[in-house]
This record gives sequence, structure tokens and C-alpha cells, in this order.
Amino acid sequence: MMHFFATYGTQLLSKTGQHLYISAAALFLGVIVAVPLGVLLTRMKHGANFIISLAGVLQTIPAMALLAMMIPIFGIGSTPAIVALFIYSLLPILRNTYLGMQGVSPTVKDAAEGMGMTWWQRMTQAEIPLAAPVIMSGIRLSATYVIAWATLASYIGAGGLGDFIFNGLNLYRSDLILGGSIPVILLALIVDYLLGKVETLVSPRQLR
Amino acid sequence: MLLSMEHLRKEYPNGKVAVDDFNLQVDRGEFIAFIGTSGSGKTTTMRMINRMLDQTSGTIKIDGEDISKMDPVKLRRSIGYVIQNIGLMPHMTIQENIEIVPKLLGWSKEKRNTQAHKMIELAQLPDDMLQRYPGELSGGQQQRIGVVRALAADQDIILMDEPFGALDPITRESLQSLVKRLQEDLGKTFIFVTHDMDEALRLATRVVIMSRGKQVQVDTPENILRHPANQFVTNLIGEERLIRAQPNILTVSQIMLDHPASIRPEETLKDAIDRMHDRRVDTLLVVNDQNVLQGFVDLNDINRLTDVTTPIKSFTNHDVFYVQADSLIGDTVDRILKQGVKNVPVVDKDKRLVGIVTRTALVDIVYDALKGAPESDHKPASPINADIHATATKEGGDSQQ
Repeated sequence: MMHFFATYGTQLLSKTGQHLYISAAALFLGVIVAVPLGVLLTRMKHGANFIISLAGVLQTIPAMALLAMMIPIFGIGSTPAIVALFIYSLLPILRNTYLGMQGVSPTVKDAAEGMGMTWWQRMTQAEIPLAAPVIMSGIRLSATYVIAWATLASYIGAGGLGDFIFNGLNLYRSDLILGGSIPVILLALIVDYLLGKVETLVSPRQLR
Repeated sequence: MLLSMEHLRKEYPNGKVAVDDFNLQVDRGEFIAFIGTSGSGKTTTMRMINRMLDQTSGTIKIDGEDISKMDPVKLRRSIGYVIQNIGLMPHMTIQENIEIVPKLLGWSKEKRNTQAHKMIELAQLPDDMLQRYPGELSGGQQQRIGVVRALAADQDIILMDEPFGALDPITRESLQSLVKRLQEDLGKTFIFVTHDMDEALRLATRVVIMSRGKQVQVDTPENILRHPANQFVTNLIGEERLIRAQPNILTVSQIMLDHPASIRPEETLKDAIDRMHDRRVDTLLVVNDQNVLQGFVDLNDINRLTDVTTPIKSFTNHDVFYVQADSLIGDTVDRILKQGVKNVPVVDKDKRLVGIVTRTALVDIVYDALKGAPESDHKPASPINADIHATATKEGGDSQQ
């Protein structure tokens, strides 16, 4: 154990950093695309189901295949990995945003409009804050997925903790496999915990 | 004219006509109740006023300005809006909720804060409630906030869509009082949609009865109770309510007896005794040549006198209690009953004697109103008079006073 840290300590830190960077970038892109898209979907009478199904189809593409498909377009490195993980992050965020917005009580929507809020004001001051807990739980789910799948990004040269695992598999070194896997698990748990805190923070105070 | 609605029509793309040729002129300070069965178009009509719905044809003008040419967002900020399920923002404090429209209008923080405190006072709720969240309040308290929130930006017109429908009867009543008080004290104009007839009759200055998108009757609550336009209105009001409302819609002239026993001041005591004997009564009303009420003579006073040729005017009791023929029974019944007299003369505007109301007839009306149902053998309005005639004669004869 001590030996492992002595040998790979610095490498572990930089790989964790890479891993976090790839995941965060993918998740960030996912949020800025899927949340507004989900909000817009609630305005569409038709097509919302189609777009959500489409995101569902993207989700079913095997991770390895999707990563491989990125190489002809973006080459190798972290960019194709971020794009691929971004695609994976879409569905949970999109679906939760859509459901969260749908779940805002029609009374509140009616009151907001009837009091003279513009569409933008209704979204930013009423509907999105009220849908925030559901949207956040979608983001949390995506974050966990993305951190887990970012391991595979090492396969297309993006680096990250996957490097340890793939090296370990190639060299039959269980210490390397564990040295990569355990930080990934810890990372996923910590991020999930932190986002859980954020979720509580954005939830309207509800005392009943 | 604050609000003018002309030939309003709302037709949905599927051909369903929700509102058809709706016309209404509303003055400042009026309290208009839209009432009807579900699907009568009452909510649709109300929602066209703040352009939550756009009419297919017809015009709505506020202070003479056609609202279809106004920016709907600006229009809505100038109109208070209260809905059935309260519609407070659950993620905002009470203060933030009250300040929504003032904030949209760009009021300063201090002005908004002052207004919030003023509004919570108006709602008769404690000041520290401003920092609470809607979920921490009871339904009644929440709707109090909902009502004052609609007034927070000093809106002239307040639209209310069945605001108290989901509340229990006691809470509903206290909210109704609040709204009525706000309307009377602040001179706000309310457009109120309800399916509760008691609520409409209690609050409204005018009631608009709607059925299948059309106005069936538009009138004051009193006139609607007095003259329901058709069977639909009668059914909507309900037989029981019509009877209970009698004290408030029947006038004294409708229950009085005509031709009360009377005498002129210059006639003699002998004439008086003869007439009392003929009519089997113990008092006579004294009227002059123009039939103007002068007072009354009582049998007890007469007994002590011996000279039967004395003119009546020398022992007329001028201290007589009387009521106006066109006053409502509800307004006079208390006074009459408290006077403790058996019979009360009824006079017209010029104090000319037109009839007499017996205590028995009044008690019958009060009894019916309390009981809320007619006796099997008499229906409202005219048959009541028949009963009164019978009891009145009997009472006059037995009387000893």
C-alpha cells in the first residue's frame, strides 16, 4: 500500500485530476445543453417524446463503440472523450428537466403568468427554481455515470484513472487495477454526495 | 366606465362556443360575481379580461382603452389575479410573494418592503408571517395572502377565479368578509367567478348569471331574488334560498293588510266605539281628510270617558309607531318586534295610511326564513297574505290591550 503510493502517488494525483477534468467538462456541457433543451421541450406540444427517445437511443450505444466513433471526428485525446461522455450525460438531465418542469403545479404557472411575468421571468423566477430538485437529481445521476464511464476514456488516449486499470489489465497487476478503480469509486461517491448537498440547497424550503 | 365588455365571443378551434355575445359595463368600485354551472363560460370570460385568453371577437376596454392593443404583460401587472388553488410561489417567502408584482414593476426595495407590511396588516395576519413560507401557513391564511397579493401593486381591478372554493365554510366566510371589506374600504373593482350562490349574493353588487356561454340575467342580488328571469335562475338560486331571502326582498306593502280600521279626528267617540265593534278591533288609526296618519285611539282610553259626543281628536294618541310601505321587511322586522306592539300602521312617502302589518304576519316570515322551507299549504309571495288575513282578524278580536 505504502509502496504503491510511494511509486504512483504523483501519477495518481494527476490521473485523478484528468479524470475529474474530463468528467466535469462533459457534465458541464451536458447541463448547459440538456437543461435549456428540457425547458424548451415543455413548450412543445409534439416532439418532446421524440427528442427524449432520441436521447434514449444515444444512451444505448455501447460506450466503447461510441468512444471509437469519436476518433474519426475528433481524433484521440480528451476532446473525443468529453464529447462522448457529454452525449451520455444528456438523457438523465434532459428527462429529469422535462419531468421537473412538467411537475410544476399548473396553478403556480397560471398565477405567474396572470401576475404579468414574461416568459423568461416565469422560467427563471418560478418554474426552474421549483423544478430544480428534480433537475438536480438528474444531474447527480449523470455525474455518477460520467465518472464511471470516464474510465473508458483512457482507451482513446484521454488519460484519467482508466490508465491505471488498463495498465493493470495488460500487466496482470491487481494493485494497479485496484489503484485505479478505488479512486473512481471514491470520486463518484464524493461528487454524488456534494451534488446531493447542492440538491438540498436548491430545493424550496418545505415544512409540512 | 372602468371596464366595458362588448359582444364578446370565444370560439375554440374545435367549434365549441364558450362565450357568446357577452356584454357588461362595470363601474369603478363594483363587485361583479359571475355565476353559473361548470362550462357556462364564466371563467373563460374572466380570463379574457387579463388576456390569459384572447376573445374570438368583441372588444374589452379598460378606461376606454382597447386591451387587445395593449401589451399583455403590462396589462396583467395592472390587474390583480387570485385563483382557486391560491397560486402562491412555494419557494418564496410570504414577503417575496407579496412583492412579486411590485418587483416586476420596478419598485424600490424600501417601497416594496413598506407595502408588504401594509398588505399583511390588511390581511389581518401577524407581521412576522412575512418571513414564513406558504407551506407553513394554513389554507385560509395562504388565501388571505393570495388576496392581498393581488392588491399589492395598487391594482384597480381584481379578478378572482373561485378563490374560496377549496376552503372550509368557516374559513370561507372570514375570507368573504375580508374581500368585502377591501372592496368597500379601498374602492377596488372585483370580478369574481363562483359557483356558490350564497357567496355571489352576499358579496356582489351585481350578479351575472351565465349558462352555456350566454348571460341569463345581470342584476343586483336583491332583484335577482325578487324576479328570477326564468326557471334556470330559480333552480340555480334554489327554492329554499328564495324563501330564506324573503325578509330581504319582501317589502312591507307585500305582507300588510289593506283597509285598516281608521277614523277621522272630527268624528265622535260613539263613531269610534261603533267602528271598533264592527271591525272587532281595540284600536283605531286616526287619519285626516288626506288620509295622513295622525295617531291612534285605544279602547282602554275610551272606557274612562263618559261623553260619547266628544270628538276623537281630543284623545288621539299621537305617539304612533309606523313603517314605510316600500321598506324591506328584513330592515324593519327588528324594530317592529322590539316595539312590542301588535299592529303597525304602514304609510306611504307622504305619511298617508295604506295598510297595517300584524305581528303575527311578521313572525310567520321570520319563522319561514329561519326554518328555510315553506309550509305545505303556502308558497312564497301572495299566499302568505291569505294566512295573515285569517290570523289578523282573530288576533284583533281577542286583543285586550
